[in-house]
Amino acid sequence: MSRIVILGAGTAGTIMANRLSRSFAREIEADTTTITIVDSDPAHLYQPGLLFIPFGEYSPAQLQRPRRREVSRNVRYINAEIERVEPGTNRVEVAGRPPLEYDLLIIATGTRLAPEETEGLTGPGWRRNMFDFYTLEGAMALREALAKWNGGRLVIDIVDMPIKCPVAPLEFAFLADAYFTKRGIRDKVDITYVTPLDGAFTKATASKELTHLLTEKHISLVTEFSAGSVDGESGTLTSWDERQIPFDLLVSIPLHLGAEFVSRTPELGNDAGFVRTDPKTLQSKVAQNIFAIGDATDLPASKAGSVAHFEAEILEENVKRYLAAKTLAPDFDGHANCFIETGFDKALLIDFNYDVEPLPGRFPIPHAGPMRLLKESRLNHLGKLAFRWVYWNVLLPGYDIPGVGARMSMHGKVPIGANK
Amino acid sequence: MTATMIDRDIERDAEGFLQNPEQWTEELGDEIAADLGITLTEKHWQVIRFMRERFLDSGSAPSIRTLGKESGVPIKELYQLFPKGPAKLAAKIGGIPKPHGCI
Repeated sequence: MSRIVILGAGTAGTIMANRLSRSFAREIEADTTTITIVDSDPAHLYQPGLLFIPFGEYSPAQLQRPRRREVSRNVRYINAEIERVEPGTNRVEVAGRPPLEYDLLIIATGTRLAPEETEGLTGPGWRRNMFDFYTLEGAMALREALAKWNGGRLVIDIVDMPIKCPVAPLEFAFLADAYFTKRGIRDKVDITYVTPLDGAFTKATASKELTHLLTEKHISLVTEFSAGSVDGESGTLTSWDERQIPFDLLVSIPLHLGAEFVSRTPELGNDAGFVRTDPKTLQSKVAQNIFAIGDATDLPASKAGSVAHFEAEILEENVKRYLAAKTLAPDFDGHANCFIETGFDKALLIDFNYDVEPLPGRFPIPHAGPMRLLKESRLNHLGKLAFRWVYWNVLLPGYDIPGVGARMSMHGKVPIGANK
Repeated sequence: MTATMIDRDIERDAEGFLQNPEQWTEELGDEIAADLGITLTEKHWQVIRFMRERFLDSGSAPSIRTLGKESGVPIKELYQLFPKGPAKLAAKIGGIPKPHGCI
């Protein structure tokens, strides 16, 4: 008898549940394996859609579906708050019901936003002249504010790393430029992009290309700025080293932390509550029968749906191996693949892993594409829009995307210094 | 990297973070700090020692927020002691691997 318990029914948890329900179909039928998934929030949100909400696209209903419906019927779905993981007794305590016993546990509880960790951010002005767009409520409030806004200083600030979808704040800046241009008030809006990093992005080649785009779009860039406090009444953002940036409208990407229960188990998570995870096998460092996937891990990979999708293929293999008492496959390479909206119906596409930064070239078929890497194109934008269908119909059910493997491919890429 | 560090065969990554925390000594901490243009005071040492102990105990480096709450030195002061990146610089001087999470 193998009892698999998955915590979290978001992108990563849902993909895992669906993949495992297929690979263990026979065992589930014979009642020798059970898969249980736990989540406390009944709605599954298509998070990549949040970026477009402030600019008047999509309705909340278009981006949400019941979580339970996205999970295979062969998986037992439990709607409850997760309270604590007990590696010593192989149990998970959940609110209002008996503990769940597991033989193998997968933690896929993603991140939570903590705007209250930045002094003043949730004080006077929160969701009036200070917003986030990483939650549906925040994105909807920002949408209303932007529609009524007639110009001034717009400041986009990343409080700290890591964040989900690290390119989304840049995309927001590009889309804001296009939005105000279309409304005919771009000359009345000052856009400033503020980051704790030493450049627009962490990876050198992509950072160069993105900085170039910021300049072209007249968006100012402030780097190495770690926000310490915000004053909504005077409209001032202050860094820990006491630099100040005035704003009329602040779009904040608040501090990201792991799920609260992670910190209640000693050594399960790091300081921010992200599960300490082996970067190659996805096994946790606290117990051999606990694994983690997606945004919930502390891996030096992007917190993005594409990463969870690639990890799922490796984790499925390692779950099978663990339950068969075989050596784990140290296979995950940190592969990430992201579209970057650049406004005016264009987008960039980047593809990278732990060791190789985003490079220019063609994707997924060498030379032919049809997508271009690290270059703006209309086709990339259409790819991003089409991705919503792919998400619900291919990604969440846990199918592979043809031509796009879990491991990053160098085919079609132009290494730095090579002739084009 | 200073000549003495090469002599002692200290392994460091491309950015100068020690690969083996056990190779670290307080003298080495002084040397790394000097390379960064920082003269270490007792306050600096309070942070560096906290950082190292926490890393050796738990296997991961404390974040800037934990340093602010638990090291006894508030965040604003941490930025004065270790300009631009307190967590990163204290880790480097304290001889523990680079805290990650910046992708």
